[in-house]
Amino acid sequence: MKKNTWVNLGFQVGALVLALLITTLILVAAGAPPLKAYLSILSGAFGSTRNVVAVLITWSPLLLTTAGVLITFAAGLWNIGMEGQMTLGAIFATGMLRLFEHAALPPALIIILGILAGILGGAIWAALAGALKTFGGVNEIFGGLGLNFVATALTIYLVFGPWKRPGVGSMSGTQPFDQALWLPTLPGTELSIWSLVISVLVIALVYLLLRGTHFGLRLKAVGKNSKAAFLMGVPTWQYSMFAFLLCGAFAGLAGGIQVMGIYHRLLPNISNGYGFLGLLVAMLINYQALWAAPIAFLFAALNTGSVQLQIIYKLDSSFAGVLQDLLVLLVLLGEGARQRFIKKN
Amino acid sequence: MNVELKDIYKTFGAVRANVAINLTIPAGTIQGILGENGAGKSTLMKILSGFFRADKGQILLEGQPVIIQSPADAIKHGIGMLHQDPLDFPPMRVIDDFILGRKGNLPMGQAEAVQDFKKLAEQFSFSLDPETYVDSLTVGERQQLEILRLIWLGARVLIFDEPTTGISAAQKEKLFAALRLLASQGKAVLFVSHKLEDVEGLCSSVAVLRQGVLVGEAKPPYVTKQLVEMMFGKAISVGARNPCGVEKEIVSLSKLSVEDYRLKVRDVSLTVHCGEVIGLAGMEGSGQGLFLRAVGGMTRTVGGKILIDGRDLTGRSYQTFKAHDVAFLPAARLEEGLVPGLNLTEHFILAEEPKGFFINWEKGRLLAQRRISEFNVRGTPANTVESLSGGNQQRALLALLREQLDLLLLEHPTRGLDIESTIYIWSKLKLRCKQGMSIFFVSSDLEEILQYSDRVMVFFSGKVTPPIEAATLTTEKLGELIGGKGWPTKPGEQVSESTSGKGA
Amino acid sequence: MELNTLLVGLAGVLAAAAPVLFAVIGETITERAGIINLSLNGTVLLAAMGGFTIAYKTGSVPLGFLAGMLIGAIVALVIAFSSITLKQSQVAVGFVLALACRDLAYFLGVPVLNQSGPRLPGWSIPVLKDIPVIGTLFFKQDLITYLSYLIIFLAWLWIFHTRPGLMLRGIGERPAAAFVRGANVNRMRYIYTIIGGAIAGLAGPAYSLSVKAGWMGTQSGLDGIGWIALSITIFGGWNPLRAAFGAYLFAFLQWLGLVLQSKLPGIPTQVLQVAPFPLMILTLLLVNISDAEWVSRMLAAMPERTRRALMKLLRALRASPPASLGVPFESE
Repeated sequence: MKKNTWVNLGFQVGALVLALLITTLILVAAGAPPLKAYLSILSGAFGSTRNVVAVLITWSPLLLTTAGVLITFAAGLWNIGMEGQMTLGAIFATGMLRLFEHAALPPALIIILGILAGILGGAIWAALAGALKTFGGVNEIFGGLGLNFVATALTIYLVFGPWKRPGVGSMSGTQPFDQALWLPTLPGTELSIWSLVISVLVIALVYLLLRGTHFGLRLKAVGKNSKAAFLMGVPTWQYSMFAFLLCGAFAGLAGGIQVMGIYHRLLPNISNGYGFLGLLVAMLINYQALWAAPIAFLFAALNTGSVQLQIIYKLDSSFAGVLQDLLVLLVLLGEGARQRFIKKN
Repeated sequence: MNVELKDIYKTFGAVRANVAINLTIPAGTIQGILGENGAGKSTLMKILSGFFRADKGQILLEGQPVIIQSPADAIKHGIGMLHQDPLDFPPMRVIDDFILGRKGNLPMGQAEAVQDFKKLAEQFSFSLDPETYVDSLTVGERQQLEILRLIWLGARVLIFDEPTTGISAAQKEKLFAALRLLASQGKAVLFVSHKLEDVEGLCSSVAVLRQGVLVGEAKPPYVTKQLVEMMFGKAISVGARNPCGVEKEIVSLSKLSVEDYRLKVRDVSLTVHCGEVIGLAGMEGSGQGLFLRAVGGMTRTVGGKILIDGRDLTGRSYQTFKAHDVAFLPAARLEEGLVPGLNLTEHFILAEEPKGFFINWEKGRLLAQRRISEFNVRGTPANTVESLSGGNQQRALLALLREQLDLLLLEHPTRGLDIESTIYIWSKLKLRCKQGMSIFFVSSDLEEILQYSDRVMVFFSGKVTPPIEAATLTTEKLGELIGGKGWPTKPGEQVSESTSGKGA
Repeated sequence: MELNTLLVGLAGVLAAAAPVLFAVIGETITERAGIINLSLNGTVLLAAMGGFTIAYKTGSVPLGFLAGMLIGAIVALVIAFSSITLKQSQVAVGFVLALACRDLAYFLGVPVLNQSGPRLPGWSIPVLKDIPVIGTLFFKQDLITYLSYLIIFLAWLWIFHTRPGLMLRGIGERPAAAFVRGANVNRMRYIYTIIGGAIAGLAGPAYSLSVKAGWMGTQSGLDGIGWIALSITIFGGWNPLRAAFGAYLFAFLQWLGLVLQSKLPGIPTQVLQVAPFPLMILTLLLVNISDAEWVSRMLAAMPERTRRALMKLLRALRASPPASLGVPFESE
């Protein structure tokens, strides 16, 4: 037992070290001094209050998408369609706001309606992927990917078409909303306390759901062995479908918040890769919701900090992605190597 | 080609599949390999054909030792095997399947292959269209395809694993003619079967395996009684009955019919009373599993009625059956019964009707603790199910059953368990019968069927006997029925005197 | 539209389809062996950047193409190793690699960003180019486009008309049956995954050294092609000819979008460019519906004759994947 703990730790640390080693080599190949580059990421993330605020702004949607995929992963599903679900959330929220922008309603009510519309949009898009899977036999990965592209097209169509700015449509998005309809932010920043609170609440909710409820336990049973779950009396396809809906709702919420709290308009590429990043976080934490907050925070810090690389060393900010991807990849490979090692010994 | 197996050993985990097996098969003969499910027949054949590697032992061809470590080696030495479920490629055309695996030039050489195929097919008087798809063939036709393919590959030793399962009588005649032809051409033919009639009618010598050991050989004329005794061991005493003491009909089936893509079970009528245990005997895949799942609402029936506790549940879902106090325990414990990755506490919580939204973990743990000790499961509530031994998994499954049950359906309740677990599990089951539960169980273990059933139904290729009082059965009689002997040849003829339940 | 303009336009479609084609053919070969290479999108981007960089640094276009193939092969090797040897989920590893390679391409591509570098020159095939209509359409292209025609037929020939190709199909369909017929299943899976990856790797330089020469980072218009190729592989029913049809259809619809833009000013280009996607989902639905549980349950309840007839119909429509796609194989 004790020896196994050491072996596990060894493989995990090994994977981590190897990931850092490879990224360091990549940095060298790109002509950047590695140590200084890492330090600049660190200062880019935590060097000033402004930077920390930027990290928190990224953290919030990432927490939401991570929370969502933790649900679908628990049900044994690969919801790769998160990006599209987030986009639809943004579209629905924008639509709702545009609808009531000039109505004589209290702004707070319109904001709430907008958020609810975002949730609905994401859930609908996820339900589509779920229905394709359940009733059409279309693997959720391909259904989800296809729907991602359709969502992007829909955004572009709206931005350049019916919702275009007065004059000519452009990639910079729709006409910004009236300031009264913005999610209230901390003065001088784009950080909305509300979005932060909601995200933390959602991840806490998912943790509770998976850890302490009958629903969560049954969902896990469906994900791990749907035949046995069925024999135990769990209505399996309904649970899968519900997992999609819930995940889509969280993604739509994230999309709505992006629109209402940060950009105040609909933009092409509004999902910003948060869906995919959420999948990575979930894989890295081995689907344990408890670790979602810190690891998502680390990823958000990497994303924010690597912007510095671009400024100082003229390096692409995708370095954060490289580091995150390699970390997850090597942890996966390390886990495989560990299992092989244990089997052989 | 003469084949000689010397001192073959093979174990899988704790199961000793083959122990010190010695067997010689001269060229030009048909050697029968007889034994019940799990006796080690298939393992031995898979070792000869390179699918498995023996732990120890030697294979000699024409007196020369050969090393067979893979099917490729076996093919090189002219050994071919026809697996019970033909290992072919259902979505391919017959001719593609025929060519696949044969060495040759880069192009497939389809034209020549078709010519050879037709010539061979004619020789064995098989009528197969090389252009149709394999999945449109019957099992018998797929076997014919495999035979032609193996001959074309140059096989001089041919192994047939349970080839008469799932094929028609006419196809069987054709198959036997083909086998005799092969032997007359000087090939060594190994015929693996549990069907006494087939082995007796075809083989020039029979070797019997039981629990991995070669227990005896026989030559014609065969004495059926002697073969049965070798297959199943000594005669077994019949267990005590303990009805629940209340006359209540739990299950009533009238003219129930089920089918899947290869089997049809027709018109089964049966009334089961509270506390009764019905054993469903037969070699695997004879229809008993299909029947059992139909009674639990997991397979759609194609005719007839199912009444559970007086309510008509025909055509209803498994969930409805479950709500009416029917439970099903599958044979594949980790694949269908339990959820690997979840621990025992989580299983007990899953099995209960959820009360409220949040889980009361403390209560769950206590429940798990209580049931674990009640059912003597060696494990703690925090153990994941895959870390338990097979016997403990089965005890856990029993412990997971709800308190109130009318009917329990079991698939191989004690397969792979040691004697102690077997006795323990049946004592628990019998206790519940006393409280009023009825049981249907499928088993390929004759001892288990005779010892624990009140009545027995025997399945053979989809045919079913009426329920037979277990007390009137003997191992010989049961073994013969399972092997397809002693069945009525004319419709309407009775297999055995049967009483249709105590209430009738 | 004048005939010649139309022909030149369609010739452009054939050339523009080349990258998708290589990716689709490579994936088709890989999946035929039972392995899913989900990293395609990243592979193509990294190969495009890598291929261009090598060609830019060495001045040699062929070396650029070789580099692309090498990158594709290496990524495929990681997939093969993790799924065959380490028994990890092909989907998880493939997905992470898709992201990793993409990010790596953008990160390492900065030095050559928007640089003008070498590109594959056009080369009309003598004699053939003078055939009316066909000449303009097919034979006034460059070498890589000709190779893209060729690879369709080579892959098709290999898979459906050679002995090793037959075995390849067998390995993806039912590895246990291929094994008893003498195949070393896992070794063949390694080999085909690497070959398929190398062919998919060609898609990168086919773009960055031919279709749209240069490396423009996120503005390359290449991001997403790998995901598209993955769905075309399904649409193509794992048959190179049907897959090629899908790839050309896709390129044609995108071109049509560009052409129609002038006629339909209300619809932005980008929308028309993804217009094939709902179509793709629809076809995926059509080819997959027979796998859905309710369909098989319905079929099972039908009488023998009806069932056989219906199954025949569904088979014609259906593109069933190699039965063991994504399933690891162990002989004991």
